[in-house]
Amino acid sequence: MAQYYSDFVMEHFTNPRNVGELEDANGVGEIGNAKCGDIMKMYIKVEGDRIVDIKFKTFGCGSAIATSSIATEMIKGKTIEEALKLTNKAVVEALGGLPAHKIHCSVLAEQAIKAAIADYYKRQGIDPTPIVGEIQDHHEEACDI
Amino acid sequence: MDRLIYVDNAATTRILPEVLDKMMPYLTEQYGNPSSLYSFGQNARQAIDEARDTVAKYLNCRSDEVFFTSGGSESDNWAIRMAAHMLEKKGKKHIISTAIEHHAVLHTLNALEKQGFEVTLLPVNEYGLISIEDLKNAIRDDTALVTIMFANNEIGTIQPVAEIGKICRERGVLFHTDAVQAVGHIPVDFSGMNIDMLSLSAHKFHGPKGVGALIVRKGIRLPSLIEGGAQEKGRRAGTENTAGIVGLAEALKLSCEKMDEVIPSIKAKRDRLIEGILKTVERSRLNGDPVHRLPGNANFSFEGIEGESLLLLLDFKGICASSGSACTSGSLDPSHVLLAIGLPHAIAHGSLRITLSDDNTDEDIDLLLEVIPQIVSQLRSMSPVWEKIVKGEKYE
Ligand SMILES: Cc1ncc(COP(=O)(O)O)c(C=O)c1O
Repeated sequence: MAQYYSDFVMEHFTNPRNVGELEDANGVGEIGNAKCGDIMKMYIKVEGDRIVDIKFKTFGCGSAIATSSIATEMIKGKTIEEALKLTNKAVVEALGGLPAHKIHCSVLAEQAIKAAIADYYKRQGIDPTPIVGEIQDHHEEACDI
Repeated sequence: MDRLIYVDNAATTRILPEVLDKMMPYLTEQYGNPSSLYSFGQNARQAIDEARDTVAKYLNCRSDEVFFTSGGSESDNWAIRMAAHMLEKKGKKHIISTAIEHHAVLHTLNALEKQGFEVTLLPVNEYGLISIEDLKNAIRDDTALVTIMFANNEIGTIQPVAEIGKICRERGVLFHTDAVQAVGHIPVDFSGMNIDMLSLSAHKFHGPKGVGALIVRKGIRLPSLIEGGAQEKGRRAGTENTAGIVGLAEALKLSCEKMDEVIPSIKAKRDRLIEGILKTVERSRLNGDPVHRLPGNANFSFEGIEGESLLLLLDFKGICASSGSACTSGSLDPSHVLLAIGLPHAIAHGSLRITLSDDNTDEDIDLLLEVIPQIVSQLRSMSPVWEKIVKGEKYE
């Protein structure tokens, strides 16, 4: 049967991994806004230098939910250093590709993870910018990051 | 997969077997060119002439006012572009339309603006209705054309076409209506409603795709859009889609003949769906006019979720529906129609359009009433926007 998304994207969309809130998160990042039609919120729990747990909540299209799901799978158990190396390209590859105009969903996932890590550092009293870099978010007028 | 529940009849409809039967000879043995002199060609010519008479009968126009085209988009382009160019010669370069037209109209108007035409898009109220006062005030001495859709494809709102027609006739302004969603669904009276030009498309009323018509009132010398051969009295070139035209006429006949019976039955199903959804799903709303509404149309918004993911989960259950979210429109903004009726972006993203046909059963409605609330709460449970709504935080 013909489908808009690949089987693998659909699998992550219909059975998202790590969905929900993390009660004992020590880093929370949110990217996007409702006006643009997608928001990703990532909750991480860091112990030492490792992300021992991660959960997400996403408002958005099928690919936004699928990229959130796979990104959390790719990050869980990794060190912060490894997590920061996660690129949107790797997320797209892991999903076996996305339709061209859905690539921005993978950027959101990458940035949401960075935002959660930045929040973790802030809570530790550490300036995250030198470590995490600038976080891209939707601007007021433009929805196309 | 479960059985297919097709509730996207504003997108397209199932071709009726009776329609296909009428078309088949012209796709097989009767392949003659209707312009050919020999009787083998004239058989096809006769079929087209009969189809023209049928359209005239059911839409209350003259047969020689019916011009077959490739569909709604072509008819809209033809009527608007060529009326504009025709009247430009008389110094009229102003066009009035609405903010909620189909893109076949809006993009045509954009193209004309680039060529120096001035376009006034009338706003609509929260139900999607234009104001007659606004229309009266917008008409100027240099107004060439008023083009206002009969019924909206997304929210189903039906405009006061007869009133619009009367005003335009009184003021001597041409009136075109995109009746693609209305024809075959609700009564359309070309002459009685003082319409000058009307677009229709067969695949929206159980006919084949790629065929439609533009009705042009006699006396309006609308220039051709498609130049070439002398088909359609020299007004629309191209060898006729004989089978398509025959199918269009048959579908129109069947739709119009059972309209009196079908309208109340579809409406009853639709109203049960609307009441059920609004009752069971908190923070949901109906978009469009509750009364001046196409019989099969139900358009909802659900706060806190996004339409594309809703459609995908419905598809998983075998349900075919549509949404005005940005993701499904392929653009960054949600539907211009939902924004025009004043919905905030965030709520417009969470819209769902269900459009019923006579094929849909009470069991289909039961299933929708069971599945939609489930899917909405499933998506809300993973939505950070819903989390904010529940906590009473601002989220737009
Ligand atoms: C209101 C309206 N106008 C025009 C069209 C275009 O018709 P067609 O698909 O036949 O080109 C449609 C169908 O999508 C429509 O709903």
